[in-house]
Amino acid sequence: MKDERILLAHGSGGKLSHDLVARVMQPAFANPALDLMHDGARVEAAGAKLAFTTDSYVVKPLFFAGGDIGKLAVCGTVNDLAVSGATPLYLSAGFIIEEGFPVADLRRIVASMRAAAEEAGVSVVTGDTKVVEKGAVDGIYINTAGIGAVIAGTDISPLNARPGQDIILNGPIGDHAVAVMAGRHGLSLPASVASDCAPLAGMIKAVLAAVPQVAVLRDPTRGGLATTLNEIAAQAGVGIMVDEAAIPVRPEVQAVCDILGFDPLYLANEGKAIIFVESPYSEEVITVMRAHPYGREARVIGRVTPAPAGQVGLRTGIGGVRLLDMLVGDQLPRIC
Amino acid sequence: MKSRSREEEHRLAAYFRGEIARLATKPVRLMEVCGTHTVAIFKAGIRQLLPPEVELVSGPGCPVCVTPNGYLDTAVAFSRQADVIITTFGDMLRVPGSSSSLAAEQATGADIRIVYSPLDSLEIAAANPGKKVIFLAVGFETTAPTAAATVLAAEQAGLANFYVLSAHKLVPPALRALLTAGEVQVDGLLLPGHVSAIIGEEPYGFLAREYGVPAVITGFEPLDILGAVYLLVKRIAAGEAALDNEYRRVVPPAGNPAALAVLDKVYGEADAAWRGLGVIPASGLAVKAAYRRFDALAALPVTVEETKEHPGCRCGEVLRGVARPADCPLFGTACTPEKPVGSCMVSVEGTCAAWYKYGAGRWQV
Ligand code: SF4
Repeated sequence: MKDERILLAHGSGGKLSHDLVARVMQPAFANPALDLMHDGARVEAAGAKLAFTTDSYVVKPLFFAGGDIGKLAVCGTVNDLAVSGATPLYLSAGFIIEEGFPVADLRRIVASMRAAAEEAGVSVVTGDTKVVEKGAVDGIYINTAGIGAVIAGTDISPLNARPGQDIILNGPIGDHAVAVMAGRHGLSLPASVASDCAPLAGMIKAVLAAVPQVAVLRDPTRGGLATTLNEIAAQAGVGIMVDEAAIPVRPEVQAVCDILGFDPLYLANEGKAIIFVESPYSEEVITVMRAHPYGREARVIGRVTPAPAGQVGLRTGIGGVRLLDMLVGDQLPRIC
Repeated sequence: MKSRSREEEHRLAAYFRGEIARLATKPVRLMEVCGTHTVAIFKAGIRQLLPPEVELVSGPGCPVCVTPNGYLDTAVAFSRQADVIITTFGDMLRVPGSSSSLAAEQATGADIRIVYSPLDSLEIAAANPGKKVIFLAVGFETTAPTAAATVLAAEQAGLANFYVLSAHKLVPPALRALLTAGEVQVDGLLLPGHVSAIIGEEPYGFLAREYGVPAVITGFEPLDILGAVYLLVKRIAAGEAALDNEYRRVVPPAGNPAALAVLDKVYGEADAAWRGLGVIPASGLAVKAAYRRFDALAALPVTVEETKEHPGCRCGEVLRGVARPADCPLFGTACTPEKPVGSCMVSVEGTCAAWYKYGAGRWQV
């Protein structure tokens, strides 16, 4: 594939993204921490167990219902640390700004970063600012990296998924993607639809304090719930069966999806966590989650099964079962 | 439409399932004609709800899939002309022709634009008076009236640089061709709701009358489809051939006369070539003489390469319902949605794409 080029779909978080990382990045950097391919890497430094992660934010539009690029840049990294079983501590923030960008917008973005950092209990302790020529970036890009302390007594890894575990989700999916898309296409949405962008560290910490037995934690961001479940099933070599009727989707979000031809199961979320835990602990996890503002609608959406290894099945609304595959390519609005 | 509660839906689904299992005492093969049905069936996992006696096969109901190579070759040839802008629905971009595709031409500089409605083409034509704008008019009775209305709007706007390259196709003649050929044994047909909303019930009357095949016009909700399967199995068990309209809430028996009138003004029936089915008499729509100046083929010169088929691809058999995607040696290996070889894998409504995406037969509980 000498002439192969990067496609937009390589960044969709779906199958092509995975292939790209597996074929290009992983072989180049291979090491045990990276090879686990979790949202955050677990590392040790001077005897301390740390989680370390980074992400770049290039969302368009910069401001959308329920958040903006700044809030996203903090919450995304905080959540990657939290689902690594760590307490987020410090963030870095790198800004790449297009010449001509309004300072007022930058202030707004930075203020919302600060608010999100305060809520998450993290400090932005280092940063970097670059300004590039007009047209070299689209407004502003933000990169954040974060360090957290691994919570003692927890062992979070996709490899821990075992048959018989319950899969718990903290609320409705698809809100973020639909809010951003509506902003992008100038669609008006009911006021009830806004991005779910939120720092989940507090809720996850409470869950881990009550139930350290939690085995797997993930946040279904790009690629959505379906892709995240597929990653876990593939890594752990287990099957997963989820129940369509149990997966909450706001009717308003479903309505927008129906019009645009999107499947909410593949849409990005920014305030959702998936928890795998042995079923005797499910009730307690759900009780703790429901006591938290970001987990009010927590519920069991499915189970880990012994077979077929690496595959995710969906029990549909009328009782059929079908494969729930990874996203192939980008979801495009349907045409006809 | 979704006024039923979840519990009611479950109850109804369980009832249909039970009845289907009770009535299907011998093997029956039902064909869903429409690509949207195919996707809905896979998405809802309906195949797994049916007893082994009831087999669902997909038919030639994906408009992108049945568009033959020759049409794509013509579109490609037009796209290579320096003063041409091609407008098309996105699905057509990646469909391979004999030696190229619109996507490949676009990558090497052809001006090809995706539109969401044929009417968008008129704005493009108005904004580019020095260019010829050719809309790729692909689709069944559902989309053809809009294309016809676009021609009328172009006439009214006095646009001299707008054309259509028509590959519009009609569903009933294709069904007749399939049943006449008898290559695939069909015991019942699920008929497309959207097409029927335009043409109504009567154009399907011959299915029961002449071929003794029961058929149901049905919608796209999982319960619509399961209900239609139940109706068919019931008719078959009773030895009756009839046409049922399960989708009355959308499909009036007489269809949509206003849409049909627009269609009839601009288009007339013509023989048409289908991928996999060959040329079927009176199964396509050609621009009528009065509007010939909008017909790209009649109005503009073009030299088209010789048509070649793709070695190995079995789309033709898949579209006739005589092969399943899994019967194609390329399925899932050389041919995937990321690197499709044939049209059935390119189109989101294609049978091969649905099999691949929803893992037909791949999930064992
Ligand atoms: S798998 Fe690909 S090559 Fe084979 S019939 Fe389907 S579309 Fe054609």
